[in-house]
Amino acid sequence: MLRFTLNRLAQSIAVVFLVFTITFFMIRLTDGDPFASPKAMPPDVRKVLVERYGLDKPLPVQYFTTMGSYLKGDLLPSMSYQGMWNTKIIKDAFPISLIIGVAALGVALALGLPAGIIAAVKKNTWLDFGPMSLALIGICLPTFVMGPLLIMLFGLKWRLLNVAGWFEKTDWILPAVTMGLIYGAYIARMTRGGMLEVLNQDYIRTARAKGVPGWKVVMGHALRGGLLPVVAFLGPALAGITTGSFIIEKIFNLPGLGQHFVSSVFNRDYSLILALVVLYAAVLVVVNFLTDILIAWLNPKVRLS
Amino acid sequence: MNPLRLLILFFTVLAAAGLTGCGGDPVSAVEGAKSKIFLVNNKAEPRFLDLQRCNSVTEHHIMLSLYQGLVGESKESDKDVEPGAAERWDTNADKSVWTFHLRKNAKWSDGAPLTAQDFVWSYRRMLRKALGAQYAEMLYMLKNGRELYDGVVKEEDLGARALDNDTLELTFLGPTPHFLLIACHTSWWPVPRHVIEKYGGVYDVMNPWTDEDKLVGNGPFKMKRYLFRQYLEVERNPHYWDAANVKLDGVRFYSIDDDAVEERLFRRGQLHATYSTPLSRIPDYLKNHPDIVQNYTNCASWYFRVNTTRPVLSDVKVRRALAFALDRKSIIDNVLRARQQPAAGMVPPMEGYTQVNEFSYDLTKARQLLAEAGFADGKGFPKFDILISKNEASRQIAEAVQAMWRQNLGISVGVTQQDFSVYLTSQQKLDYDIAWAGWNADYFDPASFIDMWMTDGGNNETGWSNKAFDKLLDDARQCADAGQRLAILTEAEKILMQDTPVLPLYFGTRTRLIHPAVKNWQARLLDNPVWHNLELISPPPHSSMDAELNRN
Amino acid sequence: MSTVLPAADSLTTPSPLPVPARAGRSLWQDAWARLRKNHLAVVCGVVLIAIVLICFIGPFLTGWNPETTNLALKASPPGTAETLTDGSVRTHLLGTDTLGRDLLTRIMRGGQVSLMVGMVATGVALLIGVAYGAAAGYLGGRTDAVMMRAVDVLYALPFMIFVILLTTMFGKSMLLMYIAIGAVEWLTMSRIVRAQVQGLARQEFVDAARSLGLSTAVILRRHIIPNVLGPVIVYATLTVPAVMLLEAALSFLGLGVQPPDSSWGTLIDDGATNMETSVWLLAWPAAFFSVTLFCLNFVGDGLRDALDVRSGKD
Repeated sequence: MLRFTLNRLAQSIAVVFLVFTITFFMIRLTDGDPFASPKAMPPDVRKVLVERYGLDKPLPVQYFTTMGSYLKGDLLPSMSYQGMWNTKIIKDAFPISLIIGVAALGVALALGLPAGIIAAVKKNTWLDFGPMSLALIGICLPTFVMGPLLIMLFGLKWRLLNVAGWFEKTDWILPAVTMGLIYGAYIARMTRGGMLEVLNQDYIRTARAKGVPGWKVVMGHALRGGLLPVVAFLGPALAGITTGSFIIEKIFNLPGLGQHFVSSVFNRDYSLILALVVLYAAVLVVVNFLTDILIAWLNPKVRLS
Repeated sequence: MNPLRLLILFFTVLAAAGLTGCGGDPVSAVEGAKSKIFLVNNKAEPRFLDLQRCNSVTEHHIMLSLYQGLVGESKESDKDVEPGAAERWDTNADKSVWTFHLRKNAKWSDGAPLTAQDFVWSYRRMLRKALGAQYAEMLYMLKNGRELYDGVVKEEDLGARALDNDTLELTFLGPTPHFLLIACHTSWWPVPRHVIEKYGGVYDVMNPWTDEDKLVGNGPFKMKRYLFRQYLEVERNPHYWDAANVKLDGVRFYSIDDDAVEERLFRRGQLHATYSTPLSRIPDYLKNHPDIVQNYTNCASWYFRVNTTRPVLSDVKVRRALAFALDRKSIIDNVLRARQQPAAGMVPPMEGYTQVNEFSYDLTKARQLLAEAGFADGKGFPKFDILISKNEASRQIAEAVQAMWRQNLGISVGVTQQDFSVYLTSQQKLDYDIAWAGWNADYFDPASFIDMWMTDGGNNETGWSNKAFDKLLDDARQCADAGQRLAILTEAEKILMQDTPVLPLYFGTRTRLIHPAVKNWQARLLDNPVWHNLELISPPPHSSMDAELNRN
Repeated sequence: MSTVLPAADSLTTPSPLPVPARAGRSLWQDAWARLRKNHLAVVCGVVLIAIVLICFIGPFLTGWNPETTNLALKASPPGTAETLTDGSVRTHLLGTDTLGRDLLTRIMRGGQVSLMVGMVATGVALLIGVAYGAAAGYLGGRTDAVMMRAVDVLYALPFMIFVILLTTMFGKSMLLMYIAIGAVEWLTMSRIVRAQVQGLARQEFVDAARSLGLSTAVILRRHIIPNVLGPVIVYATLTVPAVMLLEAALSFLGLGVQPPDSSWGTLIDDGATNMETSVWLLAWPAAFFSVTLFCLNFVGDGLRDALDVRSGKD
């Protein structure tokens, strides 16, 4: 276990370092400029900004100074917004995306797991087709249709919740449900698939033959194996879920990380893009590590190596 | 643990965590009216909070609450001013030297006195290359302004002097009869020397003096809180000279860029004023809720910029053919539907100015011009692209115009959408064929729409250049007589329209949704809200949307 | 930051398939027989073919040009009739969009684009993913480790950044745009293929074949490739809808096809902005899009069941 952990740690650092390097150079290949403004900026004014952010230096020099700052834990200031520091931007926005993401995950599991399990146990009955068709509809409707539809109903028609913003303690509900419905649909389908596979296996038949009640077989024996595909899917997806979805955050006007991901790219805010990408890679690496441990626990056949 | 219990626990924890988003402040328009906090969408995030670096409308609207110039736009009229930090002023015979007398009780929001020296220091700071102020050239009209910027004279030589603590004397290059209107622009407002010097380098972009807890101004409001990507809130400034007549206790500027989102927020009773209205909803509001919607002209010109360095587009006949083939009225009536005015020239209607009436929808003329240019019925015309930034209205217009040119002239046109930042750089690099663009006046003067087309002007971006045009602009600048100056500007616009580096389409309007609780919202040509004159009434008066707007 | 979910299904933990048990009847004949018994999958397959035909042949039949505007019509409800310049009257079966263009024809044209995006991008992903994954899996050892770490690094780059870079590089050409999407989508495919190949290479029947003196090429052709093909085909049918959703999300960001061309994504996005005033602008494109995705998913499921030998036991 210790060797596994150390090994993974080394690999993870290498991944984050490579992501840093690739992003740093890749983003400079794009057109555009972090200082562009609607009324043309006189060259003198541009020069002040370019020099202040060190963009006049040769690229390799910029690369190493940026890396130096990162190693010291300094994520540098944003280039498009004067006086905003990337560390602060992330510190303010990450918790919001995290709350929405975790809530969405809760919604997804609360809907997807029972639906998937029931569908698998009652295979080829209406209890199977019903939830599975609903799940497919969930997958087929893009978020930017689902979101406004839910807002229309719960916000504007029944007037139960705020339509957007991050002010009241109920404001996480609609975005989390919008996001959760889609993930829930995926989870339902995968749970069904995983459960079907497990329910056919010998040890389940043995348990049944021994007279263990049906639901106990399902919940106690089969679920553990049946969840494997779900965990394998959710693990990597978790990095995306917790760092925020742009579409959700735009529709609900949430000040989360997802908005920054897209707007920083649209603004060509080189330093903020880099900070966000490195953060994303770090989250992904951590989540993947945890996923592997969880899979090993669920499936004794897998050894951590 | 039982899975059900686990789930309940999970959501309880979440609900508790959700509290982090709640500050106990007003979130609805009704609560806001009660506590006198004006909730308004300001469209975007400010990029600079340093007054002298500001360069966008978004920032300008915030600055209007935090600062005040020598004079301010009049509450009553767009073409008049009223006293601001200066209570009176006088000028010499040819209006080349202006003397402003500051109020004795003029103060910064931290209580420090506001002096004539502050203004002088501010203008010197603005005129330093190291600061990187986009609008520094606004101060070139001061004697030695440009020379100071170029570093060839000393700061003391600038035509701005403090005669004593309360008296500021401005000396201009020549007669400047319209200075009062120009003085309403942010570039003439003061910045707090004592604060800037306290927190860092005077010219440093990273000087933290604009942080929410440090920023100091001299306006009716002062900075309260800034939550990036959420809102910026200002509160009553007790040191403001006219604080007794400020009716609001605060203004909260949201930065929602999606008009569908802000419209939903408004309809749920979460906003007092939107920044705009979604294209698809405008007709409904204009028809069914005239008491809610405010639709007014805002002194903006919308047009296509033509890259005159491109092979076929370099032919003036082609450009004119394109301009004559635009059915402006149909686009306004069927696509935009917000009572815009068709534009036959570049400059929107302004009092005293004779507009140029060059272009109408004239297909015979358009086809004839195109044939003269060698492309009868569009045969052999190379395909070109309309460049737009990514937004709904631009796309609709581009698609409508594209179909118009194809159906009217037989030429094939594509559309390229780019990220806003790229869209701007593409135009600066002349890397486009035809670009969709709009221009708002910086100050209320036709020159605001004509100056930009000067040879090598930073906002020209068409590659077009005309010596006679440049000469006329120079003449206008030297001209002391207001009426004559406007006549010269009309001549210049005529040349511009005949050469057609721009294809004018319409003069804009703004369509805002305003909550019935709001009193004294004025439709203004420059669209600069007068925050200190606004009022909120609680409970709000009856309106056609009571069920939607008045929650709680 | 995930704007779109991968279509990864239970395939993320693939199980190697043993060689077909019965001689004389190939794996494929077997699968086909099973697929035909799955009525839902068959119906969905027929519907899919119908939609493809409608999209590609339909525009010639409606008589409208998807790009010709009639501004005065604005957004008119389904069934609106328009009098043409020659005096004849023709109806817009599904109404018109905000610029007065025939919605049905635009949906068909948009379908062509969306389906092409789905297929071309999946094809590209397939090509890169299979080649890369098979190479890594078969070569094994250090090469495999390095190749898979490279995939890890690419996984760790947020998708958006990738796509925007690719669009700025290939921006104007639609075909290149599809290829760009495919070039991003191949990662999962390569992992699946690698796991399959690796699993197979260690199987007894491959050892047996090797000890019988069969050459690598023969082993690959006879044993490995047929066994890998099943999961690959299934994953591909699930990638098509994922790519189509991705295209829709990109359209929402304004990164999709360029106007006046349309795709289902751009049409649905248009519809969503107008859904309160002209609901048909959302309903019809969304219906076409959903039905197509629905069918693709069921056909994918059917294929998976048909190709998975173990599920044949019950």
